[in-house]
Amino acid sequence: MKKHLLIGAVLAGSLTAQSAYAVDTVQVDGSSTVFPVSEAMAEEFGNANRGEIRVTVGLSGTGGGFKKFCRGETDITGASRPIRPDELEQCKENGIKFLELPVAMDALSVVVSPKNDWVDYLTVEELKMMWEPEAQGKINNWNQIRDDFPDRELVLYGAGTDSGTYDYFTAAVVGKEHSSRGDFFASEDDNVLVQGVANNTNALGFFGLAYFLENTDKLKAVPISWKGKDAVEPSKETAGDGEYQPLTRPLYYYANIESVNNKDYVVKFIEFIFDENNGELVSEVGYVPLGERVRDAALRVVADRENGTAYQGSEVGVDVVETLNRKKHY
Amino acid sequence: MNTMSTNIQSGIDYASISRKNRSWDIIFASLGIVVLFIAISTLLALFLDLAIRGAPQWTNPDFYTSFPSRKPLEAGILSAWVGTIMVMLVTAIVAVPLGVAAGLYMEEYADKNWFTDVIEINVSNLAGVPSIVYGLLALGLFVQTFGMGETVLVAGLVLALMILPIVIVSTRESIRAIPIELREAAYGLGANQWQTMAMYMLPAAKPGIITGAIVGLSRAIGETAPIITIGALSYIAFLPPSPIGGDFPFISFEWLNSGFTVMPIQMFGWVSRPQADFQITAAAAGAVLIVMTLAMNGLAIYIRYRARKS
Repeated sequence: MKKHLLIGAVLAGSLTAQSAYAVDTVQVDGSSTVFPVSEAMAEEFGNANRGEIRVTVGLSGTGGGFKKFCRGETDITGASRPIRPDELEQCKENGIKFLELPVAMDALSVVVSPKNDWVDYLTVEELKMMWEPEAQGKINNWNQIRDDFPDRELVLYGAGTDSGTYDYFTAAVVGKEHSSRGDFFASEDDNVLVQGVANNTNALGFFGLAYFLENTDKLKAVPISWKGKDAVEPSKETAGDGEYQPLTRPLYYYANIESVNNKDYVVKFIEFIFDENNGELVSEVGYVPLGERVRDAALRVVADRENGTAYQGSEVGVDVVETLNRKKHY
Repeated sequence: MNTMSTNIQSGIDYASISRKNRSWDIIFASLGIVVLFIAISTLLALFLDLAIRGAPQWTNPDFYTSFPSRKPLEAGILSAWVGTIMVMLVTAIVAVPLGVAAGLYMEEYADKNWFTDVIEINVSNLAGVPSIVYGLLALGLFVQTFGMGETVLVAGLVLALMILPIVIVSTRESIRAIPIELREAAYGLGANQWQTMAMYMLPAAKPGIITGAIVGLSRAIGETAPIITIGALSYIAFLPPSPIGGDFPFISFEWLNSGFTVMPIQMFGWVSRPQADFQITAAAAGAVLIVMTLAMNGLAIYIRYRARKS
């Protein structure tokens, strides 16, 4: 009997004791779009700090990531869109203050099959004709978009409606976030969209630049003309210098200010992300690294511990440096 | 010819009836073989497809000993397979004793009244609840209310809850299948109820109970939804602390409180990546996961075989 009590006590003791497992760990979570960047940074940061600082990355999605972040469960959360007012409210309720930092740029590519020989470019207005809610059931043929397009069925592929990618695309093209026609092929898995567009001459789809760059043999990117300007093709260069608009979007990190203040390893990780030499990692996973001006502006926000967001909702065609220099609201 | 016609006249043609029955047997047997063939060839095609596509990865020993990476062909499943085994361990330790005890109680001890009827209906219903619902329950209860965090322990507990109905039902079925004479013989020898249960009924029911437990665990090993819901990690480049420690008492339970990832989550993450090489890594992870499940089922069959023999 005594022996059982002893074993019980030992079990209880070992269950509650966490002291020996207190290796410094940066907890990152959030958007699946930002995940490859976080993973690459975590991997190299881990290598650079051999076992002394660990980084873990979760995959809860932008919305799910904010839920955890605003409960104070994570140090950093990745987001493919700015924080929403209801999420900001949640953070405020729990007293979570944060830094809003861009980590990379992504270009949403509009793509067609290489067998499509009639599309040379599209204007944002033409994209709107295709995608707006009013088009449902009505705009079903390419020649309804432009007179010299052939009489062919128009088949649309796009990101699932739960994704930040869908939110940004609709904001940029339709003009209203999260609003589009419902009769298109939607998938959360971008590789499904790639296959769909590649195998259908009449198809048009959109997804992140990385998926186009990995499949340039199967897909053709459509140059996009905005506000009467010349049409621009998506590439790392045109996204990097802000020429490819309005479909270039920043990807964000939201960092808990308390973590930044109290955990020097979180600061180390953030500085690692904005290190000039690590832009290559961003490029390697298919996104566009930030320019020097953006990095400097972001590091200034970190140094000043500037709490809050610069956004009132998704904005299209933003200049990232300008948003970083804005007065933040919380 | 003449005898035949007299048979028909007497109204019963035994030869034709037995011929007809035999042809039904043949039709049913061939139908069964076709269905079996479809089932097995689907699994085989799936497995071979994964194995062939993933060959460059699963044939590489580094695949099993390295952590995930942004480089598709250097990414490994070390944290994933260790995580899966640890979670399965917790699930088995929690679900099997609890499920067997509950099944035993309901079958042998509980009175038959409206209360036990309600419990019985609920157990059957729980077996059909979608796994994501268990995930949400665990997120609300274990992670947020109890503040246990996103740990191996919580993942093991949620999967244990999920397979509990399977274990309970199979325990009850296998106890019910034991001939009444065995029980009567035990009582006749003067054994009390507990002795009868522990020494006669449970050993006799063991093969069935083990099968049920393994079927449950095989379902749990491939679950993604509830594990993602409670917040399992996708990138983790270290292993949970070892259960066997250096200090007294040489056993450590810190691994229960560690963050983790499991095989299906890694595979899910890799499938959606843009680089084509990640599809190879995902396929290899899938093949390994199927082998893990098959190994578990194989173990179950072996244990059952041994139990039946003794």
